[in-house]
Amino acid sequence: MKRNLTCIVCPMGCPMVAELEDGKVVAVTGNTCPRGKQYAIDECTNPMRTVTSTVRTACGGVVAVKTDRVIPKALVFEAMREIDRACVTLPVRIGDVVIEKLLGTDANVVITANLE
Amino acid sequence: MYDIAVIGGGVVGAMIARTLARYDLKICILDKAHDVAMGASSANSAIVHAGFDAKEGSLKAKLNVRGSEMMADICRALGVKYKNNGSLVIGFDEGDRKTVEELCERGRANGVRGVRVIDQKELREMEPNISKNATCALWAPTGSIVCPYELTVAAVGNAMDNGAELFLDFEVTDIKCDATGYRVCSNNAQICAKYIINAAGLYSDAIARMVGDDSFTVHPRRGEYILLDKTCGALVKSTVFRTPSKMGKGILVSPTVDGNLLTGPTSFDIEDKTDRSTTAEGLSLVMKQAGENVEGVPYGKSITSFTGLRAVGSTGDFIINMPRAGFVNVAGIESPGLSASPAIAEYVTEMLRESGLALAEKADYIPTRAPLHAFREMSIEEKNEVIKKDPAYGHIVCRCEGVSEGEILAAIRQNPRPRDLDGVKRRTRAQMGRCQGGFCSPYIVELLANEMNVPYERVTKFGGDSLINVAKTKEVAR
Amino acid sequence: MKQIDLVIVGGGPAGMSAAIAAYDSGVRDLLILERDSRLGGILQQCIHNGFGLHRFGEELTGPEYAWRYEQQVLEKKIPVLSDTMVLEITSDRVITATNSTDGVFRIKAKAIVLAMGCRERARGALNIAGTRPAGIYSAGTAQKYVNMKGYLPGKDVVILGSGDIGLIMARRMTLEGARVHAVCELMPYSGGLARNIEQCLNDFDIPLKLSHTVVEIHGKERLEGVTIARVDENRRPIADTREYIPCDTLLLSVGLIPENELSLGASVPLDRVTNGAVVDQDRQTAVEGIFAAGNVLHVHDLVDFVSEEAEIAGKSAAAYIRGELKSDCELPLATDGKIRYTVPQRITRGEDVKVYFRVADIYRNVRITVRDGERVIAQKKKARVAPGEMETLTLRADALADAKELFFSLEVQ
Repeated sequence: MKRNLTCIVCPMGCPMVAELEDGKVVAVTGNTCPRGKQYAIDECTNPMRTVTSTVRTACGGVVAVKTDRVIPKALVFEAMREIDRACVTLPVRIGDVVIEKLLGTDANVVITANLE
Repeated sequence: MYDIAVIGGGVVGAMIARTLARYDLKICILDKAHDVAMGASSANSAIVHAGFDAKEGSLKAKLNVRGSEMMADICRALGVKYKNNGSLVIGFDEGDRKTVEELCERGRANGVRGVRVIDQKELREMEPNISKNATCALWAPTGSIVCPYELTVAAVGNAMDNGAELFLDFEVTDIKCDATGYRVCSNNAQICAKYIINAAGLYSDAIARMVGDDSFTVHPRRGEYILLDKTCGALVKSTVFRTPSKMGKGILVSPTVDGNLLTGPTSFDIEDKTDRSTTAEGLSLVMKQAGENVEGVPYGKSITSFTGLRAVGSTGDFIINMPRAGFVNVAGIESPGLSASPAIAEYVTEMLRESGLALAEKADYIPTRAPLHAFREMSIEEKNEVIKKDPAYGHIVCRCEGVSEGEILAAIRQNPRPRDLDGVKRRTRAQMGRCQGGFCSPYIVELLANEMNVPYERVTKFGGDSLINVAKTKEVAR
Repeated sequence: MKQIDLVIVGGGPAGMSAAIAAYDSGVRDLLILERDSRLGGILQQCIHNGFGLHRFGEELTGPEYAWRYEQQVLEKKIPVLSDTMVLEITSDRVITATNSTDGVFRIKAKAIVLAMGCRERARGALNIAGTRPAGIYSAGTAQKYVNMKGYLPGKDVVILGSGDIGLIMARRMTLEGARVHAVCELMPYSGGLARNIEQCLNDFDIPLKLSHTVVEIHGKERLEGVTIARVDENRRPIADTREYIPCDTLLLSVGLIPENELSLGASVPLDRVTNGAVVDQDRQTAVEGIFAAGNVLHVHDLVDFVSEEAEIAGKSAAAYIRGELKSDCELPLATDGKIRYTVPQRITRGEDVKVYFRVADIYRNVRITVRDGERVIAQKKKARVAPGEMETLTLRADALADAKELFFSLEVQ
């Protein structure tokens, strides 16, 4: 079975084709880099996403955050709910950890903007 | 108990309240909307007509000409913009020439000064961008332009400075009459007044019926407009009309006092008094007809389009009468309503005096109001004096129109206080520029929230359900 | 009146990059004027990633990319005046600006870099019929409410415009709990990156309706719905394809316009296609000593190119201040229409020039040719080009020698 994909790893968005047999990826064509190939494999077997969002600050505002690595796509909305529950006190710096090991994954939610 | 209750916070009600506020009277203004000037007063051609249009002998004609004479002084006193740029009614053929000549005659009969017919050569010298096919025109040098909502706000503000009270979100549902006067009721409040001025625009027939006067009806006539960027504001200098038809004065092309170019209105009778929508056909018609009168109107530079609903009375003229003691109708005020408004106020005042209302001049009457836009006209040195005392004037919030935080706060704190984004917009011009509030709205919401002491997400565009934001993020169920 | 060697108008990625490049070239008397309360420009609210892959080899979020430059501005102690709005620039490089502390003040600059960025086209410019309720925002304004202020503009969304801002906001609104019902796109193709169609629309099953537009807006006080319609090949709505979508929010992603009001005041001639200044390879405008870079010059897709371009402007401004900016030719660049524009639009010095350009439509198997009369100066082949993806082509100095006028054309093979 062949599946068409658009790579989301970088802005190039290479169109790729993944060949599957028994649910496993046996070939990937169209990628222009190894990360693209990995994306195609993951996307067909265990899709992953980075989540970028904002988190509440104690004084009532928001500050930008992201997951520092991809998490399973299926967990994205639950991840948003986790981030909703969090709150940070200012000042924060880029890289500060807001949530460790989000939903049991290896990903941390980290601050992506400096805010006083 | 009020002496006078003015129902309707549009330009007519505002002018009447302002004129009466110089006397020792307890006055209130009632309006069902979240702000004043929410009806036709903020969606019209902004023209102070010379007065050649209306039928000789009509109230429209008489009050238009008188209002046009009064307007410059009123604007100066109220600190609002006024420009005497003249009006042209252009014609394309022999039939039009006849009409132009008739208008000229009528103008003279109505007492309009300076009207005359001009030929193609003079027309082209005056206005090089007018269609080459125009062969003649009526030139009315007394025609002028104002900002109708700026005028309304200033008139209400001046009335309030002189003691008048303003009740917004007050929709009159019933009026009860008894020996002492009138009880004007809304769903959750009531006020008592000896006299009522019914200046309720589209709803003045409903108000009149509440006291048993069903002698007239008012129906809405839609007029659609397209406003263009200030870079097109000099395409024409005067206000350019085409020869009129049965439905009205037709589509005009005019500079505004703020330097934009205004085109429109269409003229289309509708049923629904609450239908403020523009239509694809109407906007196309504006573009087509404006383009027939003036060459090269650059619609690529539109910044907004809107609809105004004229309050057309069933009698064909202004309906200004007293059907019963203490109740004055000021109804059916369609064009030339804005132009006539100061004269309407004068006329109504006389009516009240003749009916026995004692008009004793107030000793401490404040006849003038400081211009809100004074800061913009100042020299750099003068501005810096102001900024030293109030640093907020040094912080520009609306980039497109160059409006400072100081001016916005001053507008929010001055009667009649705005309580929503559109109210701030009408008073300061912030959000009226090219980006239409894209850049400044989030900050103006913050200023309003702080001044009104309400949460950020409760700020609206123009009251009611017109919330700008529906929730805080992080508090939304998924 | 204060005299400063170099004034940079705008402290976003273009302004910061230009300032740093000028500093690295030796300029020490310089000043960045920024209207916001901090540096970073529009990147502050672009909290998604996708920035910096070319520049830094990593995928950063907008604020992280901005920090890379802000850090250098701080380390190099480059002066910045924030919360400061420039009101006017004259052609003899007098800048009038204002802030709460200094009031209204003037600066005479030896050189200026214009880096004001761009603004969004609003509903009024499209004359969409209907009512004027609350609930209609340009995508960037909605982004500001969500990402900077922490408020949700609405819960049931329709987006007009499938450029990247529209696509990014489709995802952002969905993640924050709104439902995006459709993204409508006037053209038969999307203006955004393929990756964004994938991760912003397909991930959430948000339908993309190509060749569709919003023809009417409904709702008295708050938006209640929009009527959309399919459009024909002339982009005119087809009457019997009208469809009503109930919603409380309409986001408009319908065009970015370089913010050149100040430039016009300085008599800087603009290019009618880009709406930005006409510049040479140094990014100098036709007004001596005034340079431009970033979105104010032409709307970019990748901030990496903004930084690259702004470095050229900063370096050149520094050379100009030293009296070392030379020109030895006057070579205009023209295009065939399939190529919409080039930046620069003129070449004034015979050296290698990297030309940026955009095409008018999606073309496949193309050959782009640069000719001087009959002589072919340069050529480039590409499998696919699209209006939403800026392209580049480098012209070699030796090929430019003796050239009179360059013509860029595109042929489909």
